[in-house]
Amino acid sequence: MRFMSFIKSDESMPWGPPPPALFEAMGQFAKEGYENGTLVEQGGLGASGQGAIVSLVDNTITVLDGPFTEAKELIGGYAVTEVRTKEEAIELGRRLLQIHLDNWPGWQGSCEIRQLFADDGAPAT
Amino acid sequence: MPQQDASRAIAAVWRLESTRLIAALVRIVRDVGFAEDLAQEALVAALAQWPAAGIPDNPAAWLMTTAKRRAVDQFRQAERRDRSYAVIGREQGGEMVDDDVAATVINAMDHVEDDVLRLMFICCHPALTIDAQTTLTLKLVGGLITKEIARSFLTSEATVAQRVVRAKRTLAEAGGALEEPDGAARASRLAAVLSVVYLLFNEGYSATGGDDWMRPALCAEALRLGRILGALQPDNSEVHGLSALMELQSARTRARSGPDGTPILLLDQDRSRWDRTHLRRGLAELARAEALCKQPGNYQLQAAIAACHGRAPTAADTDWARIAELYEQLARLGGSPVVELNRAVALSMAYGPATGLTLVDQLVDLPALRNYHLLPSVRGDLLFKLGRHAEARAEFERAATLTKHTRERAMLLNRAAACAEPG
Repeated sequence: MRFMSFIKSDESMPWGPPPPALFEAMGQFAKEGYENGTLVEQGGLGASGQGAIVSLVDNTITVLDGPFTEAKELIGGYAVTEVRTKEEAIELGRRLLQIHLDNWPGWQGSCEIRQLFADDGAPAT
Repeated sequence: MPQQDASRAIAAVWRLESTRLIAALVRIVRDVGFAEDLAQEALVAALAQWPAAGIPDNPAAWLMTTAKRRAVDQFRQAERRDRSYAVIGREQGGEMVDDDVAATVINAMDHVEDDVLRLMFICCHPALTIDAQTTLTLKLVGGLITKEIARSFLTSEATVAQRVVRAKRTLAEAGGALEEPDGAARASRLAAVLSVVYLLFNEGYSATGGDDWMRPALCAEALRLGRILGALQPDNSEVHGLSALMELQSARTRARSGPDGTPILLLDQDRSRWDRTHLRRGLAELARAEALCKQPGNYQLQAAIAACHGRAPTAADTDWARIAELYEQLARLGGSPVVELNRAVALSMAYGPATGLTLVDQLVDLPALRNYHLLPSVRGDLLFKLGRHAEARAEFERAATLTKHTRERAMLLNRAAACAEPG
């Protein structure tokens, strides 16, 4: 089963910037993920100031350039994992947040876990 | 946490951690069966404690600590009656009874990548039969339970359980089976590991249709083992070649059979149904292999052939000349006559049926292909394209008598009948 996980939090980082220890712990976590075969790929997202939202409301398409100051939680990064059950994906998400808890005092956010599906509606393998 | 949620969460932790746990324990206690028992005991302890206490922050370390404490207990008991255990107990005991358990656990987890590779090597020890190798790999490295393995191999749980018992005994009797091989032995052991992984993949891949969920799971497991090997042996081109091959083949999974389970041949597949993620990963793995090695090995060459198909937007775009060249390289590595037959097909697609037929005619008398249905099937196809219908018909009929697959036989007889039609 393939899952895509998004890590989301307040982009303005009221708790301060990520300390070096976080990067180190995240690096180790990713290394472990590759070595146990669960991590397929991962990536970080740039600040919303570098992005835009294209929306369709009341039959009108509008473009809103970043930063998206109104949104409380924004996606900061993603990972594609290959696991055997949803619980495994949840456990990996829990560990990701544990790393934040241990290494980034004050950080708050969430990890959204979504199963990937193929074009024909079957679960992606 | 409700009991059911807790046990599912524990099962997830187990799936994620059992390989590394068993691998590290094998290093510490130097006995595959004992290591597995200790890991199981740690799991039982987790099932007893976690539902009430919650999952610990670091479940891997918890399991390792628990398993090591059990090991210490058992060593102490054994010390009184078993001298050989006592020796190991003394050697390891100092480390294990250390009060600073956290430090020793971190220490134990330090070499864990090496441990996993060593565990793979042990599972593929030459003293074991190929069945034992695949079963042990699924059990110890894959973390599958006996029931799942039985389902993968369409056999009974009792057979699998017995196979595991016998394999462990063989390893214990082989002497030095737990030693990491080096030099040429290491290369050949790694080759054995790769062939077990590919065998597992094919076991899952060759079963078409059906609603059995274990077969696709076997492919996923093989892909996962391939990714692990890629992370553990990043400089080995064949490791990446094998991953590339499995990814590229996986890309076609959904396109290779119709809704009723009828197999669809590669050239007839709807390529829009190929899985882009697998395809992309396969091509990336192949690029990695090619960057490492200019003298490609077996898996890399097979992957390169699969990539020729994967890159072609339509069947007509296939670079057959390149495929023929790759088959020639495969043949030079000591490929089987089947490789030559595939080369003949590629040559015929690149340069016309007459060129392919010249090579096929040289293969007709090979003993290895005497009863291989694809030889007359290919020959019939080439003869048909050359307008030699009567000879083609005889070949299709012969192929039909040789194949064991009902659907394929019907297809071949249809082609034979078509040879009789005018035009």
